[in-house]
Amino acid sequence: MSAGESKIALGGKTARTTPDLARDRRRGIVDGRGAALAAVLLLLALSLLPPIALLIGDPFLVVTATRIMIFAIAALSLDLVLGYGAMVSFGHAAFLGLGAYSVAILLANGTSDILIQTLVAILASALFALVTGAISLRTKGVYFIMITLAFGQMAYFFMVSLSAYGGDDGMTLAARSTLLGLPVLNSDLTLFYLTLGVLALAFVGLRAVIFSRFGRVLRGTRQNPVRMQAIGFQPFAYQLTAYVIAGALAGVAGVLLANQAEFVSPAYMSWQRSGELIVMVVLGGMGTLVGAIGGAIAFLLLEDWLAKFSEHWKLGLGVLLVCLVLFTRGGIAGGIERLFRRAPS
Amino acid sequence: MSEPLLSVSHLRKSFGALAVTDDVSFNVAPGELHAIIGPNGAGKTTLIHQLSGSLASDSGAISFAGDEVTRLSMVDRVRRGLARSFQITSILEAFTVLENAALAVQARSGSSFRFFRSAAREAPINDAAMAALARVKLDDRAHRRAGSLSHGEKRQLEIAIALATGARLLLLDEPLAGTGREESAVLVSLMRELKETHTLVLIEHDMDAVFALADRVSVLVYGQLIATGVPEVVRNHRDVRAAYLGEETAA
Repeated sequence: MSAGESKIALGGKTARTTPDLARDRRRGIVDGRGAALAAVLLLLALSLLPPIALLIGDPFLVVTATRIMIFAIAALSLDLVLGYGAMVSFGHAAFLGLGAYSVAILLANGTSDILIQTLVAILASALFALVTGAISLRTKGVYFIMITLAFGQMAYFFMVSLSAYGGDDGMTLAARSTLLGLPVLNSDLTLFYLTLGVLALAFVGLRAVIFSRFGRVLRGTRQNPVRMQAIGFQPFAYQLTAYVIAGALAGVAGVLLANQAEFVSPAYMSWQRSGELIVMVVLGGMGTLVGAIGGAIAFLLLEDWLAKFSEHWKLGLGVLLVCLVLFTRGGIAGGIERLFRRAPS
Repeated sequence: MSEPLLSVSHLRKSFGALAVTDDVSFNVAPGELHAIIGPNGAGKTTLIHQLSGSLASDSGAISFAGDEVTRLSMVDRVRRGLARSFQITSILEAFTVLENAALAVQARSGSSFRFFRSAAREAPINDAAMAALARVKLDDRAHRRAGSLSHGEKRQLEIAIALATGARLLLLDEPLAGTGREESAVLVSLMRELKETHTLVLIEHDMDAVFALADRVSVLVYGQLIATGVPEVVRNHRDVRAAYLGEETAA
């Protein structure tokens, strides 16, 4: 920052105000009302999907959409940590796996109620997040990435070695979870709407968290942790809390994933899976909740679509990702925001 | 003389064999504006890091408002009313000007482990933040993004954030750094007004500003305080002229 530059700015004070203010207001598209509107439209569109699938005679669409929404929930939870907390967690799939195994292990031991399974999944994921987060947050940058990766792999190999529950091969669930003794989740349609409901709740809940006192501290810490200490906040406690919230929510996604697939396997917790979750968040636009949902949808649709062309589809996905990151900073949400900003208001 | 608000005694800090803070002692009375000057590399910034708590001291003691704070963290010292600003502007650029100040108010307004209510709608916090902004004449910029402010305005915001913490003593680390003539005139008049309500420790390169504002001046050279006193005395102190002011006149 040079003195010359600041003088010019000072001289042009009044001239700068109007366009700057207008631009700052328009910035609301991603983080403000525009994002909420986009999310509501997205969720509404999703809620209309089952009748449309019926109409065009493609019931499998509902199954695919359920799976996508489950990963959208996991991506949302990662976005709290990665996008708003600036913590690059490379072990997030572990929580997904913990949630899924909570269902499988409880079911194998005679507890099929989804409420109890979800409670156990939340407690297990939150506890794992609390312990591993408290250790991981003592490091920063690349070391944080490495240590979360290490914890993720520990969880992965623990499940691989758990031969009573399928070990390496995973295990097929005898049945889906029940709700208060009723087998309502056996219907793909019910599972779809349950997942949609959880996704909507997760979005609304996280949005409130981000604009709350807690979220403001977290967002401030992302920008400048030293400044936060200088005004009296100790970032560690806030970052750890965010890590625990994100872990617990990913655990809930795991419960849904186990039910959707009727199968659990250590593969849910592999580092590749953690990497895919990061890709979803970055693809959609870090630090925008609607972006995390959009990123999950785009990633899984691309995966499906490209797989139809060639078994080497991952190569194509790689090329696409490189282009997206290079040409659309801020991911899908950032791209859409720029489109709106360019339009006269 | 009344009980000092800040009392520093025999403070030391070495990096290897280099004594950066070498047996520094001084007192700051309530309401005083105490300037610390010294040539480049004298250890002014290290001293402010030690006073604010971002750097631990090797030995010596710092007491604030009668309590020893030598081993407290920066966070604990802010909570007791000892806040600092930064030489290199350290604001939250993506936040609005108001939010920058509001966060500092929030830090002292009950728990921040509140997860659902919108923080931006908490009127008492916003009011206190606006009051801090008004003191530095930034209230008309409250809803602008902090990153879009001019350099001088960012320096004003630095001070507003320190004010908003509710501190009694502000450690201002070169508030005039990088400012032009008009901007520094604005900041100097702001500091003159702040003197009415706050105790200030000012580290500054700009000699005109220091001698215009300070009640007392301490001169730091190679980690040692070679003189402390009212501006006229310090200005005419032989060692000071030799070590510091003389250089400037010669240059």
